[in-house]
Amino acid sequence: MSIDWQLAMVTAVRDETPTVRSFTLGLPGWAGHRPGQHIDLRLTAADGYSVERSYSIASEPERAGEVDITVERIPGGEVSPFLHEVVVPGDRLEVRGPIGGYFVWEAGLGGPLLLIAGGSGVVPLMAMARHRARAGSRIPARLLFSSRGPDEIIYRDELDRLAAAGDGFAVAHTLTRQQPPGWTGYARRVDEQMLAEVIEPLGAGVRAYACGPTALVETVANALVRLGLPPDRIRTERFGPTGT
Amino acid sequence: MEDRIAMMHDDPAVDLTVDGSAVGGMLAAAFGVEMTAAPGQCAHCHTVSVVGAMRVYMRGPGVVLRCPACAEVVLRIVQTPRGTMIDARGAAYLVIERG
Ligand SMILES: Cc1cc2nc3c(=O)[nH]c(=O)nc-3n(C[C@H](O)[C@H](O)[C@H](O)COP(=O)(O)OP(=O)(O)OC[C@H]3O[C@@H](n4cnc5c(N)ncnc54)[C@H](O)[C@@H]3O)c2cc1C
Ligand SMILES: [Zn+2]
Repeated sequence: MSIDWQLAMVTAVRDETPTVRSFTLGLPGWAGHRPGQHIDLRLTAADGYSVERSYSIASEPERAGEVDITVERIPGGEVSPFLHEVVVPGDRLEVRGPIGGYFVWEAGLGGPLLLIAGGSGVVPLMAMARHRARAGSRIPARLLFSSRGPDEIIYRDELDRLAAAGDGFAVAHTLTRQQPPGWTGYARRVDEQMLAEVIEPLGAGVRAYACGPTALVETVANALVRLGLPPDRIRTERFGPTGT
Repeated sequence: MEDRIAMMHDDPAVDLTVDGSAVGGMLAAAFGVEMTAAPGQCAHCHTVSVVGAMRVYMRGPGVVLRCPACAEVVLRIVQTPRGTMIDARGAAYLVIERG
């Protein structure tokens, strides 16, 4: 296994929301990844000072030779504002990966699948959802997605399409700060009652993956245990203090 | 043990913790194999958990991995100019799978 740093070419940059941007990284020698894995990205200044951050892979493994990452801009941060403000197609970035063998889901693992995301925590879960669709899986899957407001829902159109495909994928949104007129989704932070309602149609044997700001993942993991899910069926990826 | 977990949850620094996969790159570079699915046993409470399920604090000069059951320190990792120093006195064992 090679975990050496390698140079990725930025081949496309796309805005997802006013504060979230996706980058396609061309990696000719990429060995492929598993949905849920991440890469480490390293920035090095002229004086040798360097910083590393982890970014989940958003794209499905069926896409060869490149990966997408989706980055939320954290004001005052060292790395994410640089990616947003400085990086353009044609630039090269130092990355290593794919990393992780625990927070991963593949269709072969089975389900039913419960995905819970806060803000940019949707990124690795999107790799799972995209993989599920591309692999033609009909494993029942539900995403509970917490965003601040309607304009901040990452991948909104694609999630609508995935949910409309009729292959057993459903999405429930909660908007914690601002709801548009006529909003019929949830309008509060994720809590045990909400999780109970979302998990109910999935029946027994659920595998849960929760990702996002540490505080949200903490709440979700504790609530799922209280709802009776065995701890070894709950996998978590905490992104740290940032986000929703 | 319960007190410790309560302490961990009350501590504002908890917001800065992440999961074991956040150090997956560092560990893969040090061990040469994927380590986040590797099981290890806590030397304090004997719970076996995979590295990916351990709690990680990485805002300090080194990285600290804590047991998800009792919150005691299992591994400390410090990058030095000579290489990666791993203080494993909190681990009864760690399984390094064939790469
Ligand atoms: C496995 C993993 C996967 C991730 N995937 C993604 C992803 O797909 N997309 C994404 O957008 N992010 C992701 N993240 C988060 C990402 O790695 C960075 O943490 C994030 O981009 C912020 O980095 P930054 O350098 O911009 O900000 P930083 O410079 O790290 O600062 C971030 C924020 O934390 C605060 N802060 C920093 N240090 C401290 C401290 N010691 N005490 C208190 N507050 C502090 C800062 O004030 C700031 O508000 C992931 C994290 C992990 C662990
Ligand atoms: Zn322990």
